[in-house]
Amino acid sequence: MNKHTAVNWMARAALLGTVFLGTVMAGRTASEPAGSPKVIKVTAQRFRYSPSEIKIKKGQSAVMEFTSMDFVHGFKIPALGIRADLPPGKITRVMLTPEKAGTYDFLCDNFCGSGHEEMSGRIVVTE
Amino acid sequence: MIDRRDFLKLTAVGGGAVFLSALQGVATAAAKDAAKDYEEFFFVQMSDTHWGYAGPANPGAANTLKTAVMTVNALERKPDFIVFTGDLTHTTDDPEERRRRLLEFREIVEQLEVKNLRFMPGEHDASLDAGMAFKELFGETHYSFDHKGVHFVVLDNVSDPGASLGDSQLQWLKVDLAKRKKSVPIVVFTHRPLFDLAPEWDWATRDGARAIEILLPYPHVTVFYGHVHQENHHQTGHIAHHSAKSLIFPLPAPGSQPKRTPLPWDPAAPNKGLGFREVEAEVREAEYKIVEYQVAKSHP
Repeated sequence: MNKHTAVNWMARAALLGTVFLGTVMAGRTASEPAGSPKVIKVTAQRFRYSPSEIKIKKGQSAVMEFTSMDFVHGFKIPALGIRADLPPGKITRVMLTPEKAGTYDFLCDNFCGSGHEEMSGRIVVTE
Repeated sequence: MIDRRDFLKLTAVGGGAVFLSALQGVATAAAKDAAKDYEEFFFVQMSDTHWGYAGPANPGAANTLKTAVMTVNALERKPDFIVFTGDLTHTTDDPEERRRRLLEFREIVEQLEVKNLRFMPGEHDASLDAGMAFKELFGETHYSFDHKGVHFVVLDNVSDPGASLGDSQLQWLKVDLAKRKKSVPIVVFTHRPLFDLAPEWDWATRDGARAIEILLPYPHVTVFYGHVHQENHHQTGHIAHHSAKSLIFPLPAPGSQPKRTPLPWDPAAPNKGLGFREVEAEVREAEYKIVEYQVAKSHP
């Protein structure tokens, strides 16, 4: 897996509401596949994401819907420069359209306690 | 001047001290200017003591800090001051327990014979309460001080759990530096790296690039930090960044394994990978750039 080949991903992270719609929807391009994006619900809770492994097909648009149970966790995919805060009490959506197959690690980048260093996961993009 | 062999002999007791010049990377001509008001001295950096940690990565955790204190006290020449670059304690959700660990840490380091001690928090000390307990017991989380012609700046990139310095602190840094001569040697202490050492392991400061941008116009800047539990030496422009070993457990080199889990404890070498460092601020001797000329311009 070459993380550096993933720079062509189209990806946006924003909070639910006008920011999400305004940023993400306006950011769509004509080359993006038509149809509704796949919705993936993810729970963030000290000190894990559930599920922690997410599979997406290359070229398929996906919206990750995060619900944080206990803390303003972070969600960051360093290889793609994507991050979002995940405050409890609301859904945070992150939209992805992977254009390269591979595995992309993500992690919580808001220190959340004694197991913070283990709070991570990965997105597997298949052909 | 410290005799280099004596220095190595002394620091070998600590199992991992290193010798660095605080003025690494200084251009020769500028170094001469900077050295005018500058005296030689050295300080000790101790980092990531994680007092309160209990786990397999260091079964002897209850003694490591105390042993390091004894080792520092045994140095033949005393440092001018000792700086602790964060993670004094291991994190806990319990505010009372956090204060208890900080107090116990303070009691232990009060056994140091050198009484000029400088502290800053790590994320384990400060991220869960925005630095409240640390401030109660140790004072401000960012500040500056001068010592023998060197301007020291302590930056807090941990009281925000998102590892940001924040606009207010960055503005303070700008104003603080603006009061100094451009030529003054500047040493920055911070917990997390100011640059992206390994963002995939959260070894970064979210707005660290802004701090570096503020520091770059000053020609003599060196950064010492902790957090990554190992030596790492990195350059951003003319600014050198040096991370320190920890006093609890070593972490893997960036990217050397899938997870940033501690390196396994070795019962045959229980202090392997641990240590502290001395940093000697030395005035460089004059250097001369020599260009040879012929008597007359030669013609082909």
